[in-house]
Amino acid sequence: MSLLELRNVEARYGPVRALHGVSLNVGEGEFVAVLGANGAGKTTTLRAVSGTVRRNGDVRLGGKKLRTPEGAARAGVAHVPEGRGTFAELSVWENLRLGSYTRRGSTKEDVQRVFALFPVLDRRRDQQAGTLSGGEQQMLALGRALMARPRLLLLDEPSLGLAPLIVKEIFDVLAKLNRDEGTAVLVVEQNANLALAAAARAYVLEVGRVVVDGPSDELRANESVRRSYLGY
Amino acid sequence: MLASFTWSEFAEQIVSGLADGSVYASLALALVLIYRSTRAINFAQGEMATFSTFIAWSLMNHGLSFWEAFPVVLAISFVGGVAVERVIIRPVEQAPVLTIVIITLGLALLLNGLMYVIWGGGDRPFKGGFSSSTVEVAGAHISIQYIGIIGVLALLVVVLGLFFRYTKLGLALRAAALNPDSSRLVGVRVSWMLALGWGLAALVGAVAGMMVAPLQFLGPNMMQAVLLYAFAAAVLGGLDSPVGAVVGGLILGLTIDLLGRYVGYIGSTLKLPVALLLILVFLFFRPGGLFGSVATRRV
Repeated sequence: MSLLELRNVEARYGPVRALHGVSLNVGEGEFVAVLGANGAGKTTTLRAVSGTVRRNGDVRLGGKKLRTPEGAARAGVAHVPEGRGTFAELSVWENLRLGSYTRRGSTKEDVQRVFALFPVLDRRRDQQAGTLSGGEQQMLALGRALMARPRLLLLDEPSLGLAPLIVKEIFDVLAKLNRDEGTAVLVVEQNANLALAAAARAYVLEVGRVVVDGPSDELRANESVRRSYLGY
Repeated sequence: MLASFTWSEFAEQIVSGLADGSVYASLALALVLIYRSTRAINFAQGEMATFSTFIAWSLMNHGLSFWEAFPVVLAISFVGGVAVERVIIRPVEQAPVLTIVIITLGLALLLNGLMYVIWGGGDRPFKGGFSSSTVEVAGAHISIQYIGIIGVLALLVVVLGLFFRYTKLGLALRAAALNPDSSRLVGVRVSWMLALGWGLAALVGAVAGMMVAPLQFLGPNMMQAVLLYAFAAAVLGGLDSPVGAVVGGLILGLTIDLLGRYVGYIGSTLKLPVALLLILVFLFFRPGGLFGSVATRRV
């Protein structure tokens, strides 16, 4: 059974329909990418999972229906949204503590783990999150998500606006988490080369529908995907 | 123009100004707690505090001492504040701020009427928790009650500060006020945080009520002037800053006490206009207050 299951999910912003019946699934410990052009519904797909957009249809995690954003977080979904969603006025340390809000017991180990993955956060721990650079903020957003020990990590354009070296650092961490700890990842990316290199499988969205899906290798070999999204 | 001046009397005025200021500060703090999370001013804050004080009065009439009644009233006020939010604010949580403000005005009228029905109008003496005698310090007669009021505020500020800074729940309350969307994503139940904020505000207001009642008389309208001073204090300090509320309250208490005593024509009758003038001046020259942030909006 897959960890995350979306069946025929529709979502709308006011009168505008953004998803027209999207079905997809992510297995336990699987790394899956969602590709597509601007406005294809990639961000909305993630928001449908965490419940931050009005939606119809079935969204299940481990067989249990997800309803509210709070509920999704408590069920084990950690969503790093577009724009990262850090608390600009709070310190790095407080942002991390909020990441583990739904958990009980000590989180010392988890903080140490995040600091080991991103040493720069340790150096900035008492600084306001709003004063961090874009790359550091993305690391903080990811670190905060890890504090929840999620079953499923949702990432919205983690590479957006970042220097290539930092993008590599972040994707290395994602690969490591997925490989060593079996955290499932669902990532939305404009940069299809990057996403297909990291993910085992991918879905391609066009105007709110899944048009192609399959293992990354197959998609890379697919003529139209290659031309539209990989650019060669 | 200056009234007669002695240093010992000046010291007494400072203490009484700080005590009045402490009361304004605690009610201002209650206003700020709600303002931060809803951007609405709770016009019922004064009546809520008076209601709590009446509960204390009833408990004391049933044989409890002030300090036995005190924690009971705090607990009742907290639960009452949460209940008020759940029942009358929650249905309009997504509504414009103005709607919420109007609802708090209605709540103020409702509570005021209820107090007349339950306890009747008219003022009655309220025996507080501190001795009404004075101690002599270097020639000045310092009221023990005033010192007690200042001490209670200091304790309240320290406890709230520790709560917001070092507990998980306090952090979640701050997060929910700063960024509700991101708070939901980490699993904070934002709507309940609003209710908790109301509970805390009611509790803090109850402290203000029980501190001010012995200085005046207890009646349904007891907190109405105090609420205006608390507005002034909150605006002075910055409406979204708890530290600002406390500092603003103390500054306001000192200022109007000293002006009232030493500037002959202000006396006690012009204190309230002075407070309103302060609100006006601050809104004009420094809309964010001393510690607050200015909300900017692009048009």
